[in-house]
Amino acid sequence: MALNDPQNASVPAHTGTDLVKRGMAEQLKGGVIMDVVTPEQAKIAEDAGAVAVMALERVPADIRAQGGIARMSDPDMIQGIIEAVTIPVMAKARIGHFVEAQVLQALGVDYVDESEVLTPADEAHHIDKSAFTVPFVCGATDLGEALRRIAEGAAMIRSKGEAGTGNVVEATRHMRALRSGIKRLGTLDETELFVAAKELRAPHDLVVEVARTGKLPVVLFTAGGIATPADAAMMMQLGAEGVFVGSGIFKSGDPALRAAAIVQATTFFDDPAVIAKVSRGLGEPMVGINVSTLPESERYATRGW
Amino acid sequence: MSPPSIGVLALQGDVREHTAALHAAGAVAVPVRRPEELAAVDGLVLPGGESTTMAKLADRFGLLGPLRAAVAGGLPVYGSCAGMIMLADRVLDAPADQQTLGGLDVTVRRNAFGRQVDSFETEVEIAGVDGGPVHAVFIRAPWVEATGADVQVLGRVEGGPADGRIVAVRQGRLVATSFHPELTGDTRVHALFVELVRAARAEDLSSTGAAVGAGSEGGQPQ
Repeated sequence: MALNDPQNASVPAHTGTDLVKRGMAEQLKGGVIMDVVTPEQAKIAEDAGAVAVMALERVPADIRAQGGIARMSDPDMIQGIIEAVTIPVMAKARIGHFVEAQVLQALGVDYVDESEVLTPADEAHHIDKSAFTVPFVCGATDLGEALRRIAEGAAMIRSKGEAGTGNVVEATRHMRALRSGIKRLGTLDETELFVAAKELRAPHDLVVEVARTGKLPVVLFTAGGIATPADAAMMMQLGAEGVFVGSGIFKSGDPALRAAAIVQATTFFDDPAVIAKVSRGLGEPMVGINVSTLPESERYATRGW
Repeated sequence: MSPPSIGVLALQGDVREHTAALHAAGAVAVPVRRPEELAAVDGLVLPGGESTTMAKLADRFGLLGPLRAAVAGGLPVYGSCAGMIMLADRVLDAPADQQTLGGLDVTVRRNAFGRQVDSFETEVEIAGVDGGPVHAVFIRAPWVEATGADVQVLGRVEGGPADGRIVAVRQGRLVATSFHPELTGDTRVHALFVELVRAARAEDLSSTGAAVGAGSEGGQPQ
């Protein structure tokens, strides 16, 4: 429904603005966004207290196991998930695949993830995200990458981690890199910020904004390898404002229980007694992969430019 | 009198923005995640976020009962967006098992304006807020579809297909908006609520004082 119908607009209403796109991500803070591949899983996620679901055809662990080209999901599947839940539904488009993003916007998804988990469609360009009404979240491994995505119109950033591994080590690395990059800018003077912008390969105005405010201009979540309540709480203590959990939930022994536990640990991330309590009796976590054994070509975090 | 202490329900949502807006409006803002934290505040803000998530967390951590008791006992509460849904007595388009605190005699429709691509910003005149319309950001926002006799309508959408829809209400010490004043830097709606909390505190102190003076056991509501 467009509220800016000129026939009947005594007061102009504006959709797709930066405030509306970034403001949506502000509402997700302190929450957990869960990968789901069926409407049934989406219901389990909603019942567990997820703030949103990410609709995709295969969770990253299966994309790794099965190989081949990973693309945007089947519109019927996305539609089924949209109809199954009342919380926001996100979906992934390939890096640079602006037509997949157009399709997702037409389907009515609430957020598009331009994701390195899918096979990139363009090895030089990301999607011009400011051209869309639907907001975008993008992955980043460090501050420069985050600011390049924001300059292209991303309204939310997630640290990349290494999806589908169940290993939190890369998420930790990327959260720490983002955090120290932000802190470092705060110590620089005006002249040094010009050099910093050049080194970060990021727009000078965004670099200055981060230096002044001490934070990204958009919400920062974490992703890629979170498998336990303690993983989620650690990322929150490292400065994430919320958590994406992919394979970690539906590749575990008891998805509903684990999903609820990760939601609770994300809210009470600074209370070890709560984290201990919710970590009991969860059954088997996903098995996981040692990231150092992954060949460079199978590391998703290196996708994105 | 010292500035009022106003809690922000910090289970999930845009807690930081409400905290900053309350602070700018002259209150001391504190996060509330536990019953003992709730017991210590003069007023409470239910922030924007996912109402289903907040309700489930409140339930799991034993906060639903104390929150309902606080609303029933006269604690001033302001809810924005998800917070409006939490305060509503009746909710449409919600999962069958969605719990609310209730207290506000309204029927609220969730995601009433549409999905995120329909989210918008506009200007809304708010009764009791001087200085021109409030810049209002609606994000997958609810609207108020029906109001009880004691509910005062504070603001409506003007123009467009949702022309005339109710997006701001007050009933006694409860205030709710469909939109997010905490995102805009305009703190007039928060100032309105801080004033409400000050007035409620003064009222409770004087009635408690009178009751104590009369030798009764009159306790402070909440």
